[in-house]
Amino acid sequence: MSAWETVIGLEIHAQLATRSKIFSGSATAYGAPPNAQASLVDLGYPGVLPVLNAEAVRMAVKLGLAINARIAGTSVFARKNYFYPDLPKGYQISQYEQPIVAAGALDIVLDDGEVKRIGITRAHLEEDAGKSLHEGLPGVTGIDLNRAGTPLVEIVSEPHLRSAKEAVAYMKKVHTLVRYLEICDGNMQEGSFRCDANVSVRRSGAHQLGTRAEIKNLNSFRFVERAINYEVARQIEILESGRAVVQETRLYDPDRGETRSMRSKEEANDYRYFPDPDLLPVVLDQAFIEQVRATLPELPDQKAARFASQYGLSAYDAGVLTGSRELAAYYEDVVRELPREPKLAANWVMGELAAALNKENLEVGSGRLPAARLAGLLRRICDQTISGKIAKEVFETMWSEGASADAVIDARGLRQITDTAAIERVIDEVMARNPAQLAEYRAGKDKLFGFFVGQVMKATAGKANPAQLNELLRRKLA
Amino acid sequence: MSGWHTGTLTQLAAGLRARKFSSVELVRALLARIDASQATLNAFISVTREQALSDAAAADRALAAGSAGALTGVPIAHKDIFCTQGVRTTCGSRMLDDFVSPYDATVVARLKAAGAVMLGKTNMDEFAMGSSSETSFYGPVRNPWNPQLVPGGSSGGSAAAVAARLVPGATATDTGGSIRQPAALCGITGIKPTYGRVSRYGMIAFASSLDQGGVLTVSAADAALLLREMAGFDANDSTSVDTPVPDYVAALEQPLAGLKVGLLREFFDQGLDAHNEQRVREALKVYEQLGARLTEVSLPNLPLSVPAYYVVAPAECSSNLARFDGVRFGYRCEKPRDLRDLYSRSRGEGFGAEVKRRIMTGTYVLSAGYYDAYYLKAQRVRQLINADFTRAFASVDVLMGPTTPTPAFAIGAKTSDPITMYLNDIYTIGANLAGLPAVSIPCGFVQGLPVGLQIVGPHFSEARVLSAAHAFQRVTDWHTHVPQGYA
Repeated sequence: MSAWETVIGLEIHAQLATRSKIFSGSATAYGAPPNAQASLVDLGYPGVLPVLNAEAVRMAVKLGLAINARIAGTSVFARKNYFYPDLPKGYQISQYEQPIVAAGALDIVLDDGEVKRIGITRAHLEEDAGKSLHEGLPGVTGIDLNRAGTPLVEIVSEPHLRSAKEAVAYMKKVHTLVRYLEICDGNMQEGSFRCDANVSVRRSGAHQLGTRAEIKNLNSFRFVERAINYEVARQIEILESGRAVVQETRLYDPDRGETRSMRSKEEANDYRYFPDPDLLPVVLDQAFIEQVRATLPELPDQKAARFASQYGLSAYDAGVLTGSRELAAYYEDVVRELPREPKLAANWVMGELAAALNKENLEVGSGRLPAARLAGLLRRICDQTISGKIAKEVFETMWSEGASADAVIDARGLRQITDTAAIERVIDEVMARNPAQLAEYRAGKDKLFGFFVGQVMKATAGKANPAQLNELLRRKLA
Repeated sequence: MSGWHTGTLTQLAAGLRARKFSSVELVRALLARIDASQATLNAFISVTREQALSDAAAADRALAAGSAGALTGVPIAHKDIFCTQGVRTTCGSRMLDDFVSPYDATVVARLKAAGAVMLGKTNMDEFAMGSSSETSFYGPVRNPWNPQLVPGGSSGGSAAAVAARLVPGATATDTGGSIRQPAALCGITGIKPTYGRVSRYGMIAFASSLDQGGVLTVSAADAALLLREMAGFDANDSTSVDTPVPDYVAALEQPLAGLKVGLLREFFDQGLDAHNEQRVREALKVYEQLGARLTEVSLPNLPLSVPAYYVVAPAECSSNLARFDGVRFGYRCEKPRDLRDLYSRSRGEGFGAEVKRRIMTGTYVLSAGYYDAYYLKAQRVRQLINADFTRAFASVDVLMGPTTPTPAFAIGAKTSDPITMYLNDIYTIGANLAGLPAVSIPCGFVQGLPVGLQIVGPHFSEARVLSAAHAFQRVTDWHTHVPQGYA
């Protein structure tokens, strides 16, 4: 057992998939020219006022219900005051003392299969800031306020995570969940899903938390893992040399693989939070909450449990197949065509299909290989038209040429040979060509059976039905 | 009143509809009065001459075509705190000296839609912070009754303009008394409606939870007409209230007999000038003669209103004014060295002393470790004051008392002592903290200077409060007095 225990809490920022901003009618689409999606409200012009986007509230409630949290009957927007060029009003509208969602939890599965419950302190609504631009602007800083006012839900976990791996597992769980709920597109490159990690270490068995560092703006699972591991090692080294960890905000530099200090506690802003007088408290009644509850889809954990029992899958396979709503739907589409082969379908979806998608960085929903097509291929394995091995070649052609399994099989003459007489004819030829091996086999060298299988397969270009071949060969060689 | 063009807003609107004179004629006459008075009164920051004449011509065409609205062709002025599209909107500050608003405030748009013709933007205390209109970057406004005196503030430009009959009505805003106090000091009528009755969209924020747009006019009937056109729910202002706007004009004649009037004991305190008190007591006698029943009521927490206000208002202003940072609009310092320099010099040079004082106070009371002791406590006081008013309105229909402790004071008399200045709002702040509608009407003179009577009603009782004011004005003529030289 290590002498040190790591304690991590994550603050995940998920951009809500509303069409317009949280307090203005501007569009939220990514990639527009700078400031093309910044209205007077987003620019913080004199006299303008925020108006809350009801859709953002609905999405936050959806999240709250999905993590079994308490939905606040009354939540309050507050102003977080600080000066920064990409913060037009000089304050960010957020929620402080009364968030919309409190006291939820999510379960993660650890490496040893144990399930661990991670508490979620709160989730609150807030607006995003804009961006400062430096590239191609020598001597000045450009400001792009397209992102200013984009709705975010900040999901704050309890410090229940004990390793970088757990942190990643939890973050992936939240990532899966928000996409299931269709409240966030989860696009990490575009910054739609990112997190700050609060990391501290303490002596194993200690009760008090160590001094923490907050690592800002981690936008990939890999960075989360690396940044935390680096930070843990850094803190342990400090503590073991008898020094003290400084409470501060740090940034992760992915190029150098290290975190470095951004500002210390002393330099931290006093945000002077107070309730935003421009916005009324958000008051939600039970009827509204129930109405939102009725729109919840089957959640990842529920779906995984159903897959395991309904399709007889392992917990691991069920977990992988329910990793996204699209993947789960695809799998179920395949199984619908082949109700008696859920395991075969699982193996192919998680194996060949996942590998092919991965290689080209495609999503399962890309439509590259519709579920019915994959089912068509698997059907040919089941009815013994082709062997599993041939099926992999057929799959590759289907993938690259967009053809159906039958078309590939016919065009390339891959139909499995199941005609006993034809297989026997080949066996006879092979035996005639290899008298020495035949003699050895018959003298008791059983291992040579494989040699004969190989020879027959070679002669039939792999098309001989393997089961039939085994049986016939065994009889002939005897 | 000598000139046809110095009539009340109601009279002028009727004259236009009857085509006794054209809007262009009226606008020309008033523009000339504005020009003639500007050197003395300094009531305007911008005069929108060309636009006014072309709008008046359009109004005349509408009047001729019979497609006129309630205010078609009626000249008005807007306090320079309301954003006006294509027109400089300064808020009385160097910070916005070159700011041309790209949009109209809801109030401006509604009055425009009703046909009103804007003649210009009126001078005011910088960002509405002041009670004398002396903190304006554009110099002090002077009181038409005596140019050595202040007109009150922060809506001093609008008040002076109406008192001098430069316009028959003007918009104004009231955060702690900024409509009622200048109305009292200039001898005109002013109403601060219920918080949420008039949209704040496009009204540059000082203290968002207290700011409320209203009007300054000669009479309560004029105020009813203007307010009817600009009040009402606005989807752009989440704090505006979605209840129908009664026809305030139609409600003016409701009978006064039996009206239960509460006299606020806390308003008749030792701070009240004896002569002022006399005028107010005389006005109350008039109400008694009209059939009102007077009783004394007490709002025990009301004396806490000034300290509570001077925590809440600066706190909100410190945040509201953070957007003036020299980055996107408004004043930017020359050659900033770096970001910090850009912020501190742009704000340091762009804001005046009173604004800076309030930003610093507000920043302090919101700071970690002080929030509970100041901001939170002030909000609690606010609830107590609110509860006091609610209790009072359980037994009376309206509350009456003085608007200010004294008549207008000399320019420069209180600028060096902010606390004395703040105490000028002692009778008006309560209505802001509780969000109540309140009017001030002229009720006499002390040594040639007007005195105001304040009437406060329950939430959304504008019709009641205005009709009570109107009943008084039907039997008195204080509101018709015009300062010498402006008749």
